[in-house]
Amino acid sequence: MTGLVLDDVAIGLDGRPLVGPLSMEVAPGEVVTVMGPSGSGKSTLLAYVGGFLPKAFVARGRVLVDGVEIGALPPEKRAVGILFQDDLLFPHLTVGGNLAFGLRGSVRPAARRRAIVEEALAQANLAGFADRDPATLSGGQRARVALMRTLLAEPRALLLDEPFGKLDAALRQDVRAFVFARARDRGLPTLLVTHDAEDARAAGGRVIEVGGGPPRS
Amino acid sequence: MTARPDPLRLAPGLTLALFLLPIGAGLLGTLAPAFGIFPALGETRLSLDAWRDLVSQPGFSTSLRLTLTSGFLSTALALLFACGFAALASTRAGTARLERALAPLLATPHVAVAIGLAFLIASSGFLARVVSPWLTGWERPPALAIVRDPWGLSYVAGLAIKETAYLVLMVLAAQGQVRAAQALAAARALGYPPLVAWAKVVLPAIYRQIRLPVYAVLAFSLSNVEVALVLAPGTPPPLAVLAMRWFASWDLSLYPTAAAAATLQLLVVVAGIGAWRLAEVVVKRLHRAWCARGARGGLSGPILGIGGAGAILSGVAVLGAIGMMALWSVAEGWRYPDALPRALSLRSWERATPTLVDLVGTTALVAAIATAVALALALACLENEARRDLKPGAGALWLLYVPLLVPQIAFLFGAQVALVRLDLDATLVAVVWAHLLFVLPYVFLSLADPFRALDPRYARIAAGLGAGPWRTFLAVKLPMLARPIATAFAVGFSVSVALYLPTLFAGAGRIMTLTTEAVTLSSGADRRVVGVTAFAQAALPLLVYAAALTVPGLLAARRRAAA
Repeated sequence: MTGLVLDDVAIGLDGRPLVGPLSMEVAPGEVVTVMGPSGSGKSTLLAYVGGFLPKAFVARGRVLVDGVEIGALPPEKRAVGILFQDDLLFPHLTVGGNLAFGLRGSVRPAARRRAIVEEALAQANLAGFADRDPATLSGGQRARVALMRTLLAEPRALLLDEPFGKLDAALRQDVRAFVFARARDRGLPTLLVTHDAEDARAAGGRVIEVGGGPPRS
Repeated sequence: MTARPDPLRLAPGLTLALFLLPIGAGLLGTLAPAFGIFPALGETRLSLDAWRDLVSQPGFSTSLRLTLTSGFLSTALALLFACGFAALASTRAGTARLERALAPLLATPHVAVAIGLAFLIASSGFLARVVSPWLTGWERPPALAIVRDPWGLSYVAGLAIKETAYLVLMVLAAQGQVRAAQALAAARALGYPPLVAWAKVVLPAIYRQIRLPVYAVLAFSLSNVEVALVLAPGTPPPLAVLAMRWFASWDLSLYPTAAAAATLQLLVVVAGIGAWRLAEVVVKRLHRAWCARGARGGLSGPILGIGGAGAILSGVAVLGAIGMMALWSVAEGWRYPDALPRALSLRSWERATPTLVDLVGTTALVAAIATAVALALALACLENEARRDLKPGAGALWLLYVPLLVPQIAFLFGAQVALVRLDLDATLVAVVWAHLLFVLPYVFLSLADPFRALDPRYARIAAGLGAGPWRTFLAVKLPMLARPIATAFAVGFSVSVALYLPTLFAGAGRIMTLTTEAVTLSSGADRRVVGVTAFAQAALPLLVYAAALTVPGLLAARRRAAA
């Protein structure tokens, strides 16, 4: 079984159920959108899959990526990439440094690492930007760098936590198309959390609503 | 995968043990002899002889009165000044710009401020010279005790002007946390003039946040030795000086009396903080009733205005004090009542160089090691907190303040006895450890907010990219926190440089730093020599502050250029 599988996942806080129980399969290259109002626990669900669930939450169920259960693994061993509303490029590293941070340490020698970084930048229409300070990039450029950084770590699933929320309308379409195309190219099962119906339409996949009553699927 | 236990789990326990054990052991070692138990002298029976002896010492009651009045008065003044400044700064942009002067005022050690202030205000000091003889008719210094006056007023001034800078920092930080600007705007829209609005709606909100720092100032003002040695009257001196004199004497039979005085000092501070707390309750009631009356005018505006002026004057006095030390250190033939020296030369510096190199070396070494250890412990605790998703409680904050609230004299003597037993007294290790107790709280407090404010999603992103917790800590968090870490280092360094009693006791008087030397010289040495040492003492932390403000930026620029 390939792709991302959530099996009977339920998350509670202070004894009250917050999310689920929820089961779903996200096939490689598919984008499933989770929608719901703020406070509905949709970001909590991503935190659970990524392995960042705060201690106050209680979760049960299983998460599998490509048939391997990842629920007990620390976040860095899950091979699950995540993008947030902010690009969160490391301000102390150059654009190239940010990309190289994502690249596995086993990729060597340095010349090859540099070549891969340059190739990723070219794919993002940012050729020659490796030595730039991230602070000098536009919002759209930063968003593309953030995605390429995530992809260079070779994730086997992708989590998108309202990643287009802070971009203006024109830019949003571009970045959205860029992200979905890359995820599809690489056959990544992708879970998108948003409260923007436009995002869900653009993703073109199934939509699951959480919060405000029992989940409909 | 195998789950190795994370060594960081031990960090909070280790940190607490490192600084609470010596304080606990030290307090025991002071309390026991105060009640007659002093095995080194063969005394093992409980008795109150030491207390009887203490109370019957000539000048004891004067000494106690001086301790209380100067401690409370200077703390109240510093608090008034700090509040006045914050009120002015949040209503006038011009005053807010003065905040930039805060770093040098914070970095200058108490002793340097006290010595420089004495140079300024003494009857033979700069201010008297400026107006003599044309105004005063003084051809020679009058026999007028302005410094070390019997009421302790110059001592109060010395404490207040230095503590004002610290409380201003605390008040401004608190103001940022409580959304003071909105509350102020709302009150002004209801027709309250700016300063009255500040007193009515901002002050209650920020006081909760600055309560512990105020207690720390009160505890220090009630129990410090180094400022008292320079500015307070000597016959009789404040209680802590009395205790130190007896501890430092060669007469072993005075030890129990000294221990009783140190124990009394502890009681004075505990009771003093208790009394302050009671006063808070009363003032809170009065404040509430005052707010309910709805008066738009009244005295609060002028009082805060005067407080703000006092804060600015304090800042000017500290800068003037630094200038005085600098001027004396290069003065040549500065006779009374000349306002300025006849000539300037570097002769005093040249003569002092051999000693100064040693003193600066020891001072910087102790400060650098103590601060580095404190940084490592603070970062370990904070990273442990982040990894385990712990929420720090109010109790942890109180623990952190313990070394700042317990009077130094009350535990350092006992701690020294323990050091002798461990064969560690007069070693660098002992001095560094003693400094760590006081450096750690400041380093932790200055680092905690920026560390906790770091967006946790950076760590999540890094983990999503395959970076383990240690790589995330070293390659993401530490570089992103370079600026606050550098600032925390400067804060810790300046705290260490300023420490007097811990150096004296842990070093058994044999390890000399700029501070111990400056205090020793201040009682009677040539002003040019005092000027050199005291100026060096003030300049060393200032240099480290300046470096802390510039180096992270330079490193970032170089990294960008090299990348």
